[in-house]
Amino acid sequence: MSKNDWKTVPQIASSEITPESVWLNRRNLMKAAAAGAGLTAVGEAVAQAKALKELSFTEASDDTPFKATEDLTPYEAATTYNNFYEFGTDKSDPVRHADAMTTDPWEIKVGGLVDKPGKLHLEDILSGFDLEERIYRFRCVEAWSMVVPWIGFPLSKLLERFEPKAEGKFIEFKTLYRRSEMRGTRSFTSIIDWPYREGLRMDEAMNSLTLMTVGLYGKTLPNQSGAPLRLIVPWKYGFKNIKSIVEINVTDRQPKTSWQDLAPQEYGFYANVNPEVSHPRWSQAWERRLPSSLFNPNRVRTQIFNGYAEQVAGLYKGMDLARFY
Amino acid sequence: MPASIDGNAGDGRAVDDSARPNKVSSKASNSVAKSPRNWNPAIRVAVFLACLLPFMTLVEAVATNSLGPDPAEHLMHVTGEWVMRFLVLVLLATPLARNGLPRLARYRRMLGLYVWFYATLHLLVFAQVYIGWSGEQLIEELGERPYVLVGFSAWLILVPLGITSAHTIRKKMGRYWRKLHKLTYAVAILGWLHLLWLSRSDVGDPVVYGVLFGVLLAYRLPWFRTKVRLKSDFS
Repeated sequence: MSKNDWKTVPQIASSEITPESVWLNRRNLMKAAAAGAGLTAVGEAVAQAKALKELSFTEASDDTPFKATEDLTPYEAATTYNNFYEFGTDKSDPVRHADAMTTDPWEIKVGGLVDKPGKLHLEDILSGFDLEERIYRFRCVEAWSMVVPWIGFPLSKLLERFEPKAEGKFIEFKTLYRRSEMRGTRSFTSIIDWPYREGLRMDEAMNSLTLMTVGLYGKTLPNQSGAPLRLIVPWKYGFKNIKSIVEINVTDRQPKTSWQDLAPQEYGFYANVNPEVSHPRWSQAWERRLPSSLFNPNRVRTQIFNGYAEQVAGLYKGMDLARFY
Repeated sequence: MPASIDGNAGDGRAVDDSARPNKVSSKASNSVAKSPRNWNPAIRVAVFLACLLPFMTLVEAVATNSLGPDPAEHLMHVTGEWVMRFLVLVLLATPLARNGLPRLARYRRMLGLYVWFYATLHLLVFAQVYIGWSGEQLIEELGERPYVLVGFSAWLILVPLGITSAHTIRKKMGRYWRKLHKLTYAVAILGWLHLLWLSRSDVGDPVVYGVLFGVLLAYRLPWFRTKVRLKSDFS
């Protein structure tokens, strides 16, 4: 791949974005289809979507990295095909079981090396930050990908409020761990050490692409997508995008993350999308852009940093990306 | 592969095993073998169709495009699961045939061929969706990912087992046929290893299949024959 290939920032025409009326319509069609075909997962996603709150937000400007140009992954696909192991390891488990999670009230504890430690409530988040819609490519380490219109605000804005100390070099995140509401955490053959933990380096956290996300497709996040607040770091593999966050700590050493703990030879701290560095389980050179089908798998070549090299390659200057995977 | 993991005729004609230290022919197996009236082709057809049902379900789902946004993952998963289930069934047939259900011995060949069938589907989906029929990528996958190598080896072993399950070939092979078909055990072990290496955060499936295969393969061990199996065979 030549340098110029990945330096090109994709452009999108606003006409290419699915208007809400269209996808709402499509949802209704899908609902009818689901009833006939017994697609319970889709049916449930559709039923849930009705209960979600409309958000007010501005759209990201065209011709910026905040607005990917590829076709959007339909709402149904983005919310019925998820990894959220707290609710089971199958892709359809989250949509079927995540409704058990209580997301209101919700409290996020922000602490560690900050001058003003404190708590954020969901209301503060929805009303206290300017929300923006951003269309990002989302690349899972399992070699599938989506293009999703997220709604959120830069993580840097949230961190600024708590005033990180100068010695704070990393951010640690934790997902809610509530056994009674999360059936996956009760599986006795699961070997994950709950709660799910993730981390970023401070400069990654402060990058303008890094999004604290509260919604997708115009509405608040459904539970299976990580309600009420999740992280989206579009140049990293999906598992870095921790869901349903309840705790954020600023630390001076690299935090331990759940997948790194489980299999350090497979999952690195950085987890930057990189077609050159293959994973022991999946080649990372290609991805299936969903929705895919058996006879038209829609395989596309994976781009370095998921196509965001121009914005983030500088963060890793001089680092051996094969070693710091 | 099917047939006769332990040297029994795949169609159930001889359920007792001449290689066993103590020749005991149960009444049931003899009567089955000698009585053609017990031979009901309708049941055979029903079993055949039942085994085909998972495949038909997948065909229907693909045709109606109801496998969700990532059919590749679903198809890989489901076809792989059926390979494991048929492996359990084929390994279970002999012990059950020896212990009161002699007719099951007739179905080993069919069950074994279904292992091959679902394993072939599994491989075809992999070729179509994961590597796009690229030989270069296949070589890379085999070299870099041990679970792919192990799974592919298991499929390669199934090829001669499947081919030699034809009656005429089997007869020509004589006692070598039985030796060759002991490779079924290797397929089970490789299949299990494949599953284990694929498990990420939940080891439920490999534990279940580990126990099942463990018991079913232990049943074939010489010490198990003499110490445990003879007793149960008499009962």
